Amino acid sequence: MSETTVDNSKRTWLIASSCAGAVGGVAVAIPFVSNFSPSERAKAAGAAVEVDISSIKPGEKLTVEWRGKPVWVVRRTPEQLEALKKVESQLADPESQRKPSELTPEYARNQARSIKPEFFVGVGICSHLGCSPSDKFQMGPQPSLPDDWQGGFFCPCHGSTFDMAGRVYKNKPAPDNLEVPPHMYLSDTRLLIGEDKKA
Amino acid sequence: MAEFKETSPDAPLSEKTLTWIDNRFPLSKMFKEHLSEYYAPKNFNFFYFFGSLALLVLVIQIVTGIFLVMHYKPDAALAFASVEYIMRDVPYGWLIRYMHSTGASAFFVVVYLHMFRGLIYGSFRKPRELVWLFGCAIFLALMAEAFMGYLLPWGQMSYWGAQVIVNLFSAIPFIGPDLALLIRGDYVVGDATLNRFFAFHVIALPLVLLGLVVAHIIALHEVGSNNPDGVEIKAHKDEKGRPLDGIPFHPYYTVHDILGVTGFLLVFCAIIFFAPEFGGYFLEYNNFIPADPLKTPAHIAPTWYFTPYYSMLRAITSEMIYALVICVLVAAYLGATKAKISTLLKGGVVGAAVVAVVLLLAIDAKFWGVVVMGGSVIILFFLPWLDRCEVKSIRFRPDWHVYLYALFVVNFLVLGYLGIQPPSYIGERVSQVGTLFYFGFFLLMPWWSTLGQTKPVPDRVNFVAH
Repeated sequence: MSETTVDNSKRTWLIASSCAGAVGGVAVAIPFVSNFSPSERAKAAGAAVEVDISSIKPGEKLTVEWRGKPVWVVRRTPEQLEALKKVESQLADPESQRKPSELTPEYARNQARSIKPEFFVGVGICSHLGCSPSDKFQMGPQPSLPDDWQGGFFCPCHGSTFDMAGRVYKNKPAPDNLEVPPHMYLSDTRLLIGEDKKA
Repeated sequence: MAEFKETSPDAPLSEKTLTWIDNRFPLSKMFKEHLSEYYAPKNFNFFYFFGSLALLVLVIQIVTGIFLVMHYKPDAALAFASVEYIMRDVPYGWLIRYMHSTGASAFFVVVYLHMFRGLIYGSFRKPRELVWLFGCAIFLALMAEAFMGYLLPWGQMSYWGAQVIVNLFSAIPFIGPDLALLIRGDYVVGDATLNRFFAFHVIALPLVLLGLVVAHIIALHEVGSNNPDGVEIKAHKDEKGRPLDGIPFHPYYTVHDILGVTGFLLVFCAIIFFAPEFGGYFLEYNNFIPADPLKTPAHIAPTWYFTPYYSMLRAITSEMIYALVICVLVAAYLGATKAKISTLLKGGVVGAAVVAVVLLLAIDAKFWGVVVMGGSVIILFFLPWLDRCEVKSIRFRPDWHVYLYALFVVNFLVLGYLGIQPPSYIGERVSQVGTLFYFGFFLLMPWWSTLGQTKPVPDRVNFVAH
């Protein structure tokens, strides 16, 4: 330190004005950082989607867009439903216990993860990094899949696999099951995605 | 401040003009400092072309980029068609676009070779640490620039690549999902994302890049260039204070670099005119399909320059976490028994290891994949303090160091190759070994770089006149 004496009054004012400046800086940063968040229009676009499921044949899948994401409606065959039991030991979260409030509505916390066992409704976005998994409904050995494959979904990005109820297999990059969106049946053939009876 | 210089009234106009400027702006001074009296070692080899080539590619990217922005529409509904419009209807639009897309890959080729040069000749060692740090920051900014630019054509690869990378951020505990939302500006990658990536790609990041490039060069010219022998040329100067082994950058290296530029442009033009997609590596085939938020292409992979890091991301599965736990435990055991540090510090090492193991097991493998991918780039920043070898250049290191560096390069290329391939069991295992080797190479460097007998370093650089 030099030998000049410290002018304490000047130092106090310097500190005070620096603090005032910092407050101003933060205040200016707020509108700019907030500017990154979704706009009111983006927030508003999230209406429920109504789907006619009468034309889906067993073993087929229908994809609809809800909030910009693909939502699958899969009509499962009896064999596919049977396979859900067989694969249970290989799954990471067969009972849908993880993050249930985000991923699985109460009415879908069952083995088939659905209201009606035949119809699976799920958001087709991998819980790893957001790719949309591909259909691998055919059973048996095939490239990139185990030889005892029981049908399900395969994420092309990082190789995560899911069963026919969107339940993730163990030891895969994806940590969680596929999300089941809130949904309800308006009639036997009309399905509403995005709203359920609770709401 | 310099003295005000007077010119004689008889001096030619050019001299008068220069003096007039020099009295107001340090033009001659800067020219001398950075070119005509900047002494660079005379033994530069092939690898020293890539610094100036990186600057050339930066200029190509900026110029072609300006022209592309004149025709491109940053709108999710129009972007894909506007790129096709540039390719088909805009006069020479195809050429400018191919220059820009090939330039992106060329940038990484040149920068990787430039970094490799620094790695083998110890150009990051004292006193050039800041040159290296600015360089790493440039590399990071360049990766962000390339990634954001890749979204703009709004093809399938653009869309799903952005989706994956933005979702990487959502893996961060607690703040992740909100952070990803702030980056996207919407709940899915959409128009808002495209617009902001456009803003970053054409304004924000180029400004950052230019600033960093200036800092990189100023820092370099302050300390002087390293050379293949890793010998400090400033140690031997003539009576005028010029390094004996140095030659003025201009004209020697300006002319020398023109040779490099010529060679580079030959290859660059050959690719632009004959193989602009480069077999799907420079422009991926799936990107000629418009973005479809409902369908991921059957095989998605990042562009080739990101694939080594992408491989490391994919390598971190929940099984791999156990391997990492074992690594942490072994490191802690060695630290606590072998390292020559105080008992208190040893306690700290063990404590840190316990915390690390708990975190590794408590948080999803997905998050650690992101950490590994980020860490694989960030670790480069620490290189100046990891390398403890007595000598800088690979030329005077023990022979087995050469093989280790060669193995590192092979490993990096294998990781890059696996990142392009669809996921497979064997590929996953190989990339896990590769990831461990990559990090082991750097993290164990303070230990292995001190081993072995180095060769005598000459006093002056090795140079044979042509």
